[in-house]
Amino acid sequence: MSASGPRLQPTLFELSRPGRGSGKVPHPPKDALDRLPAEHRRDAPAALPEVNEPEAVRHFVNLSQMNHAVDTGFYPLGSCTMKWNPKVNEWAARQPGFAQLHPLAPDAVSQGTLQLLWELEQILIEISGMRAVTLQPAAGAHGELTGILMIREYHRSRGDTNRTDVLVPDSAHGTNPATATMAGLRTISIKAAPNGRTDLEAFRTALGPSTAAVMITNPSTMGLFESQVGELLEAVHAAGALAYMDGANLNAILGRFKPGEAGFDVMHINTHKTFSTPHGGGGPGAGPVAVGDKLEPFLPAPRVLREPDGSFRLERAGERPTSIGRMRSFVGSTGVLVRAYAYLRTHGASGLAEITDDAVLAANYLKQRLADSGAYDIPFPGVCKHEFIASATSIKKKTGVRTLDIAKRLLDHGFHAPTVYFPLTIDEAMLIEPTETESVETLDAFADALIAIAREAESDPEVVRTAPHTAPVRRLDEAGAARNPNLRWRPAVGDWTPCPD
Amino acid sequence: MVPSDLRYTKDHEWVRVDGDTATIGVTDFAANQLGDVVFVDLPAVGKAVEQFATFGVVESVKAVSDLYAPVSGEIVETNADLGSKPELVNSDPYGEGWMIRVKVGDAAQISDLLDAAGYEKLTSEA
Amino acid sequence: MAYGPHTPADRERMLAALGMDSVDELFADIPKPLRSGPLRLDPPEPEQLLMNRLAGLAARNKVDLASFLGAGAYRHFSPPLVDQILLRGEWYTAYTPYQPEVSQGTLQSIYEYESLIAELVGLDVVSASHYDGAAATAEAALMTCRATGRGRVLVSRAVHPHYREVLRTYFDGAGLGLEEIPLVADGDAAGTTDLAALERRLADAENPIAGVVLAQPNFYGLLEHMADASKLAHDAGALFVAVVEPVSLAVLAPPGAYAADIAAGEGQALGIPPQYGGPYLGILACTEPLVRQIPGRLVGMTADVDGRRAYVMTLQAREQHIRREKAASNICTNQTLLALAASLWLSALGPHGLRDVAALGAARASELEAALASVGVARAHAGAYLNEFAIRVPNAPAVHRELLGRGVLAGLVLADAVPDEPGLADALLVCATEVTTGDDIATFAREIGEVLGSPASREPVGVPA
Repeated sequence: MSASGPRLQPTLFELSRPGRGSGKVPHPPKDALDRLPAEHRRDAPAALPEVNEPEAVRHFVNLSQMNHAVDTGFYPLGSCTMKWNPKVNEWAARQPGFAQLHPLAPDAVSQGTLQLLWELEQILIEISGMRAVTLQPAAGAHGELTGILMIREYHRSRGDTNRTDVLVPDSAHGTNPATATMAGLRTISIKAAPNGRTDLEAFRTALGPSTAAVMITNPSTMGLFESQVGELLEAVHAAGALAYMDGANLNAILGRFKPGEAGFDVMHINTHKTFSTPHGGGGPGAGPVAVGDKLEPFLPAPRVLREPDGSFRLERAGERPTSIGRMRSFVGSTGVLVRAYAYLRTHGASGLAEITDDAVLAANYLKQRLADSGAYDIPFPGVCKHEFIASATSIKKKTGVRTLDIAKRLLDHGFHAPTVYFPLTIDEAMLIEPTETESVETLDAFADALIAIAREAESDPEVVRTAPHTAPVRRLDEAGAARNPNLRWRPAVGDWTPCPD
Repeated sequence: MVPSDLRYTKDHEWVRVDGDTATIGVTDFAANQLGDVVFVDLPAVGKAVEQFATFGVVESVKAVSDLYAPVSGEIVETNADLGSKPELVNSDPYGEGWMIRVKVGDAAQISDLLDAAGYEKLTSEA
Repeated sequence: MAYGPHTPADRERMLAALGMDSVDELFADIPKPLRSGPLRLDPPEPEQLLMNRLAGLAARNKVDLASFLGAGAYRHFSPPLVDQILLRGEWYTAYTPYQPEVSQGTLQSIYEYESLIAELVGLDVVSASHYDGAAATAEAALMTCRATGRGRVLVSRAVHPHYREVLRTYFDGAGLGLEEIPLVADGDAAGTTDLAALERRLADAENPIAGVVLAQPNFYGLLEHMADASKLAHDAGALFVAVVEPVSLAVLAPPGAYAADIAAGEGQALGIPPQYGGPYLGILACTEPLVRQIPGRLVGMTADVDGRRAYVMTLQAREQHIRREKAASNICTNQTLLALAASLWLSALGPHGLRDVAALGAARASELEAALASVGVARAHAGAYLNEFAIRVPNAPAVHRELLGRGVLAGLVLADAVPDEPGLADALLVCATEVTTGDDIATFAREIGEVLGSPASREPVGVPA
């Protein structure tokens, strides 16, 4: 590691010294808390770290430099759509008019935000081919729960109380079955067909009067468009069930396929995937949900409404009794939605179509480079959409080197690894999603690195098996972390230091 | 070769019968599949277990697996060492990595299980 | 295209490598009847025009009012260092630390956040974040059912109405029972949870309770007897969930002090701007024995093969990507960047600064109470409060509207927020923080004095807003 490279840091607690820091807010009057009954008062002050601004800033700047991020390099994390996060979005969200607006401010003083939210809904309605949108959910999984709860309510409202099952493909993201459970429904997992697509016959057999919904990702988590989705949707509706589309892979179908038009009843959208809102190290995202007319009455409340005079307002409490209720406090993760809105306006109709075309072209190009090299198994060599699976099964057989090792060795090349060991149904899987914002040079460099590592697995497997070698830390003791969890810093117990000034 | 004096379920549990007490654990095949075991969730002494029903959960860093009882009975002892040393499941799955001891209800249930050869065949086909 | 790098030459080259002439060939697997027409949306907007559009929309909001509105989202001073660090792309353009070796920044920052919140709430296990206070409260309530094996939870009507609505949505979904505990109606304890009613309900052995949920301060700003409620819950074999406001924990007894099992709350006040509702920060913490029940990511300290201290996501077997339909929650993407914002804010202020913020809010609230009293506006409740309280205002909705026109955002109209709470039809919920100025308070008192003093304001109001 170079002297100016990423550096390990002690914790804030270890940097703390009594008397350091402060000067940010005025001192309160000495009697400010006299009226607080003793019963309610905190005995021992919270032992939070005392650090001055320079120490704090250096701490966090140095920590940040140990992160790989889209802003530092290629991040082909399949299923996550790590595309460029536009800087203008950060400006937009920070406009005081947006940032300082209280969520319970009256409609009269919130017209700008309400208009933005309403326009965003209209844009998402067009993209999804649905009829209506809720912007409440705070993440994709939150959107899934919203959608499945609406489906349950739909069946209940029709007296159809025996629909207890949700069918999902076995390649589904873990959130799908977990969502079903949160909604009190049972998950039935359907094995994929050998060509990687959902098995239409298996679904037809499993569909019945106890099916509430199917949850389909399209394109699938294998990166393949579900060509029989039309027949599948027909079968779902014939069985009296509804169809949920997990919109995680929306980047592959903008302007090419509209789930609502095809017959899906509901879908969620991940703004932090398709619409560039930043991933933030794990969040925040937002998970708007679009619905067809069957589910519109059940949307969470309050909705954003446009009045005949062109003004906007929130639905009042109780205005729509069919709603499933609230999924969260207030109206939504508006700051995230402002960023998505900025992105959608930037691209417009032609820009969005171009995103999908370029994302799919890039993925197919990268897949071809790997296929041509023969270095990796490509389980589904035909046309893919925005992501594809490569597998290290043959490499493992020949050299003992696994996908995990290859992923770690990629870090030494300055790339983030793809998604590994997902979907669960493919052995030694790497799910690679380049996105549309990476240059051909980057794609080639990544392919070259992967091929070089495959060669290295034969010539020097040990160096691959013990990678990474140049990251700020090397492989971690994850078993120890789980067996003896250390989940918080324990500060030394000492005297409380009175405020220095 | 797995121990020949034990019997096995197709879900990779083993059982050693001693009179009317059965000691139960998971095989080294299962332990290898799981990777480093970090936690074993076992029921309390006194609880009943039912043949082929779940009685607990074994957790590794990257996976979780239900534990299925090879025989029915009442739990008379659980391995207290697994609380502080779950890794025993990996290092000594047939010995110190044992999980529960059960007072067997119906000794005939043993015949529903695989013998060593049968289990070997199962795992070689996996 | 705005951000894409591909020139026509690049595209040609990639297509050539595929032996294709047109990108349309890559979409041939979409059956013809399912292919959509072109998107009917506006054309692309260059950045300069986009910024004008956004500035115009932002300008249509009015945020320069003298604001006394809290009710679950609070305005606080944020030192510029917070946002300047948050704007580093290494923080906000990374994702979940699946490859810990190149994510130590994010991982350590989460560990520090867990540690800071653990100190504040007095509980040892803190999740890396949930969506907001309401979702965190719902997850906390669900935890009590899993941990006790019981299917019913009691929630005080003094918990934020949005949180109770979300609880209801989640509990209906899971098929679990939710009951509300009423408020004391009159006397000095009016507006707080009726502990006698709680005790009676807990005594019903036929319907055992998994968890009891109270907020501190409660929605009306009042301080509850948390230790008493905690004991009642535990005596009945139930777990106790405290819904907390994190800034107040600088001066109020934390959940650990009154043996709460789980704490949930909204972290927005920790330096995150109001943003019309989010992204916010759901805080969720629990005692160590409950660690395998807590949903959400957890980061722990460990070592790498060379013995270096390092951080990693741990106990992942609880989560959906491993446990799938048996996971405690479906949560995947959380609010990590906001947890970082909270850590930055707490670091910038330090324990003294945080305490000063809480105490300044209390001082301003006392001034507000006095200023309002001087124009004949009294509190609706008698109990102790920190920096938020309800005031009695005849024709509250109309008065609120009138004050808005005069540049004062006079808190929250309780008749709209909690319409089925008797006795609060004519009340406003107001708060003060360290950013509330003496001028703001003087303006509020003067304007409301005028509005109430005028004959027009004494007429009964017609249709509510």
